[in-house]
Amino acid sequence: MFAAFLQYLFSGLTSGAIYALAGLGFAIIYNSSHVINFAQGEFIMIGGMASATLVGSGVPMPLAIPLAMLISMAAGIALEKFAIEPARNSDVVTIIIITIGASIFMRGAAQLIWDKEFHSLPAFSGESPIAIFGATLMPQSLWVFGVSGVVIVALWWFFNRTMFGKAMLATSHNSLAARLVGIGVKRVLMASFALSALLGAVGGIVVTPITFTNYEAGIMLGLKGFSAAVLGGLGNGGGAIVGGLIVGIAEALASGYLSSAYKDAIAFVIILFVLFFMPNGLFGKRGTDRV
Amino acid sequence: MATLLEISGLTSHYGRIQALKGIDVKVSEGELVALVGANGAGKTTLLRCISGVQSVTAGSISFAGQDITKMAPEHRVGLGISQSPEGRQVFGPMSVEDNLRLGAYRRHGADIKADMDRMYEMFPILYKKRLLPAGTLSGGQQQMLAIARALMANPRVLLLDEPSMGLAPLLVAEIFRTIVTLKEAGTTIFLVEQNAYAALAIADRGYVLETGSVVLNDIGSNLLANDRVKEAYLGL
Repeated sequence: MFAAFLQYLFSGLTSGAIYALAGLGFAIIYNSSHVINFAQGEFIMIGGMASATLVGSGVPMPLAIPLAMLISMAAGIALEKFAIEPARNSDVVTIIIITIGASIFMRGAAQLIWDKEFHSLPAFSGESPIAIFGATLMPQSLWVFGVSGVVIVALWWFFNRTMFGKAMLATSHNSLAARLVGIGVKRVLMASFALSALLGAVGGIVVTPITFTNYEAGIMLGLKGFSAAVLGGLGNGGGAIVGGLIVGIAEALASGYLSSAYKDAIAFVIILFVLFFMPNGLFGKRGTDRV
Repeated sequence: MATLLEISGLTSHYGRIQALKGIDVKVSEGELVALVGANGAGKTTLLRCISGVQSVTAGSISFAGQDITKMAPEHRVGLGISQSPEGRQVFGPMSVEDNLRLGAYRRHGADIKADMDRMYEMFPILYKKRLLPAGTLSGGQQQMLAIARALMANPRVLLLDEPSMGLAPLLVAEIFRTIVTLKEAGTTIFLVEQNAYAALAIADRGYVLETGSVVLNDIGSNLLANDRVKEAYLGL
């Protein structure tokens, strides 16, 4: 009984960590532009596909991984530069639709550049499962937890301790005031896309040895990252992390105790629940401003 | 005195509505110039144009002899144009200290810390609350923070938009004392106010704006004595 529960929990935490990274990607772009970037999942796919095909063609993994991150960041910057920035003065809804178009474009491009097959990466440190109270944990899951943890701490440091990170936060709180103190909002917008793409790529790379990846793997990962972000309260970084873990665990428990057919439905049930009953999410904006 | 900021024939639109209809304004080095006018006259629009966050449809803005009409806002801050905006616009969830530090975003080097200490000296309440989120400060304290944040850019001209708005009379007096102190220390100030009496009383020169045009332009004391100003803005 307990072993089964633990097993579901491990698998839920593993995918939850990836959703959390994707959710953070949504939050960062949302904060700098109020745009929901539906191409977030494609950054995850690009990270996974690029690293897997590079390793497949003989590039050593320690080189292939940073290269895949750079490729994903380049895709993020290109998306901002060529699709978002030219439409900067349009409605937010228009820009959101542009990101949907961009995600379809990226999937198509991935099909052409790579192929339609599933790809995988070798696990970073062996395939022998670790037994814990009757459940098994793959070493790669530990990599997922560890890397996600490091990324989250690094992000915290970036936003709270560096001047540019604070400038990005300031822009999200008050973009007019940010411009008046001399923060270049164009650069902030570009950085937010680069950073979100990097987060997606990291998630895509560490999870590929477990889940495999193909050109359309980003659709589901992106939507689940989105439900993580919505559940946590759009734009709230901590919320996206908690939201991601909840979505991951809920879906693992549902597929374990109900039926694995319902696995993908859980994220959408959560979105509907949030929209109906708590539109601000778990940690959504509560104003501390005094007028 | 050398002209620092020169605005000529400036027009600006919100969609098809013309908010500024050819404005000419000059601010010289070391001067305190007030711009007064009713709600909706275009005062805030003019300041937004000077900072570069509102687009100009015709005319020009030059600063220290350089044409900046098309310059990006962040570069204007780098040149020394800093604004404390209407409604304070502090970064609410961030600490008072972060707000001040962000005011010096375009600057680098060790004197930032010294300037921050100067701000804390000028506004001791900000020092007391430096670790609290700016959004938890009272309106008057937020106004002080907004002015201090603008000063942290080490500006050559300080633009103040309605610093007395929504404040209790005692606080208004304190804010105006601060403005006088800054002027005496040599800061060039362009002050936009609905509180025409208080603004003109401390200003070297003043402009009166009505529905997008400058209708009067004189030294502060003359404007205070002007019958038209008395009637329209001073309630006398």
